[in-house]
Amino acid sequence: MNTSASNINYPHRHLLGIEGLTAQEISALLDASKPHVEQNRRADKTLTTLHGRTLINLFFENSTRTRTSFELAGKRLGADVINMAVSTSSIKKGETLIDTAVTLNAMHPDVLVVRHPDSGAVKLLSEKVNCAVINAGDGRHEHPTQALLDALTIRHRKGRIEGLTVAICGDILHSRVARSNIHLLNAMGAHVRVVAPPTLLPAKIENLGVEVFHHMASGLHDCDIIMMLRLQVERMQGSFVPSTREYFRFYGLDAKKMTAAKPDALIMHPGPMNRGVEIDSELADDITRSAICDQVELGVAVRMACLEVLTDNLAKTL
Amino acid sequence: MTKIAYINARLIDPASGLDETGALLTDENLIVDFGPRLAADILPEDVMTIDCKGMCLTPGLVDMRAQLGEPGFEHKETISSGSQSAAAGGITSLACLPNTDPPIDSVALVGFIERRAREAAMVNIYPYAAITQGMRGDEITEMGLLSAAGAIAFTDGLKAVGNPKVMSRALSYAKSFDLLLVQHPEDPTLAEGGVMNSGEISTRLGLGGISNVAEVILLERDIRLLEMTGGRYHAGHISTALSVNVIRRAKERGLNITCDTAPFYFALNELAVGDYRTFARLSPPLRSEADRQAIVEGLKDGIIDAIASDHTPHDEDSKRQPFAQASPGAVGFETLLAVSLELYHNKAMSLPDLLKTLTASPAEILGLNAGHLKSGAPADIIIFDPDAPWQVKADDFISKSKNSPFDERPVQGRVARTVVGGVPVYISPSLGEKG
Repeated sequence: MNTSASNINYPHRHLLGIEGLTAQEISALLDASKPHVEQNRRADKTLTTLHGRTLINLFFENSTRTRTSFELAGKRLGADVINMAVSTSSIKKGETLIDTAVTLNAMHPDVLVVRHPDSGAVKLLSEKVNCAVINAGDGRHEHPTQALLDALTIRHRKGRIEGLTVAICGDILHSRVARSNIHLLNAMGAHVRVVAPPTLLPAKIENLGVEVFHHMASGLHDCDIIMMLRLQVERMQGSFVPSTREYFRFYGLDAKKMTAAKPDALIMHPGPMNRGVEIDSELADDITRSAICDQVELGVAVRMACLEVLTDNLAKTL
Repeated sequence: MTKIAYINARLIDPASGLDETGALLTDENLIVDFGPRLAADILPEDVMTIDCKGMCLTPGLVDMRAQLGEPGFEHKETISSGSQSAAAGGITSLACLPNTDPPIDSVALVGFIERRAREAAMVNIYPYAAITQGMRGDEITEMGLLSAAGAIAFTDGLKAVGNPKVMSRALSYAKSFDLLLVQHPEDPTLAEGGVMNSGEISTRLGLGGISNVAEVILLERDIRLLEMTGGRYHAGHISTALSVNVIRRAKERGLNITCDTAPFYFALNELAVGDYRTFARLSPPLRSEADRQAIVEGLKDGIIDAIASDHTPHDEDSKRQPFAQASPGAVGFETLLAVSLELYHNKAMSLPDLLKTLTASPAEILGLNAGHLKSGAPADIIIFDPDAPWQVKADDFISKSKNSPFDERPVQGRVARTVVGGVPVYISPSLGEKG
């Protein structure tokens, strides 16, 4: 297996979060992604490295892009991929989680990719199974492959991560993407800022190693990367922010606010976007400034690398 | 033989300040005499003697805050299993919260608890009744009738009475009967969605936070109401430095306010949550280290009157959940004394002062003839070794539930014998033969 050399640098059974990973471990996963970026652009995209392996996408929360990305990643490595969507509204959540874990474990999957609306739920599940587990997002806690694909995107477009100034803007409070990115960017030596109204910032966020800004003009000043977060419009109205139009006026990214950033600043967004709420449509589609499509593309490569590294680690422990 | 003499004991009676070596004599269910002059050789002939071998003999613990699971949650605890667990912890009297299913808000249900206690309990059990009907927070219960039926005091359990008008009426009405209201001090709207203390750790874990302000804001509101209505008010399980200060000032102003805390809040802080440890999910949540230290100071200064176990049994299914889905609370009967004794071993409090918070103070707050060594008082006593080292093993608990954040904690201090109404209800397998 061509990634065996890098596995030594990621000596973990699961990928549950970025917090606690070293720069070397993160780099190992990013390096392992590189060959897949090229491969995914070829006509024949399929490898056989995961032939005979079973990947189960277990989603307790709706998702289209993350699930599709993992599904493609698995299939391009030759694995058997099964998607399971479990509704959390109809059944009591916790029972479903442990019961489902035990049931699925009996089917001998090699990798479980899990998304769950509760923080910590994926870790709890990982304690009940024998396979490798990838956290595809747990509550507000972490979404590690999103941070990895963001890092790979930054590397591709900027050539480095260290020393860059990155502003993460918007709903930090409810965002697992923000937390994973804060941990990753700090580990890799970037300067991290968060820009949001105080109602959308969690307590003591500054203790995670970020500079806190409440205004876009100061928060974006001289920064290299602008990461916009999705605003959960349906639960925002009147509670965390007064209205979407007020939000867009003060925190939505538009050409005028962009002038504070470096001229070559890059715009990123984990998707799906609310055009006209957190980001102006024209900016989102400007391929010189926006890396949003790159993020989606590189996401598949990052997830292929994670699957390879974890299944290889698993094979070595068996 | 009806007379029993407990000899060679370190007699500690926190109520009177007695702390001397001597003996205690019981006849049937009552204490008849005790003191240093009561030596073995002057005892009457027909007395059975129990040699305490220098261990402490004190009033049995009075636990003013516990849940027994009955009715409605018998798979977590029953009056029988809970009282056995309490006896093993050195508790001879306890007050049980009304947050059962159905909640204890009627005369019939108070009667049910009393009947079940007579049938199945090894220790004295005093039911709380709800402040509001169904603990819904809107209409007050028949406090006069409930009190006459045996309700020891009133509380909505783990729910605060959130509506200030309802709380003010409850305080006014209770005053006419001189009844005590016990509040769960947490503003329900501020705490909504929170599952642990608000701060860096909740942010890292992505869990909803409950600010320490949620506690003090309700306390301050209640103190204003208390000032207006008069009456008697007790704040249950306080957990923050802010609360200690606010209660200190209210006491200085002469208000009729008391409060308790639980061992969790002076022996643990929010770090115990670790990596989503649901046994450390409590209500109120474990707080910061500064709050923990303030709770210790509050106990030292006597601002916090009592320590209660806050015994909250939960079965495995309630705790083997994602953190936010897990039920809050921890069992506490069998660790109450040993974990509280850490305050003595750490030299934060003297043994008599500490024991007062576990005996005389809660008994006085609830108006019980308990928690003191007194001739003519019920022979509710414990013999314990304050130094005996052991390690908490939740699996060995007598309680039906094992949800303890103190599992595997090395502690000191163990009950050798628990006596309720003159009858031994617990004898320690390891220390009992000494007693």
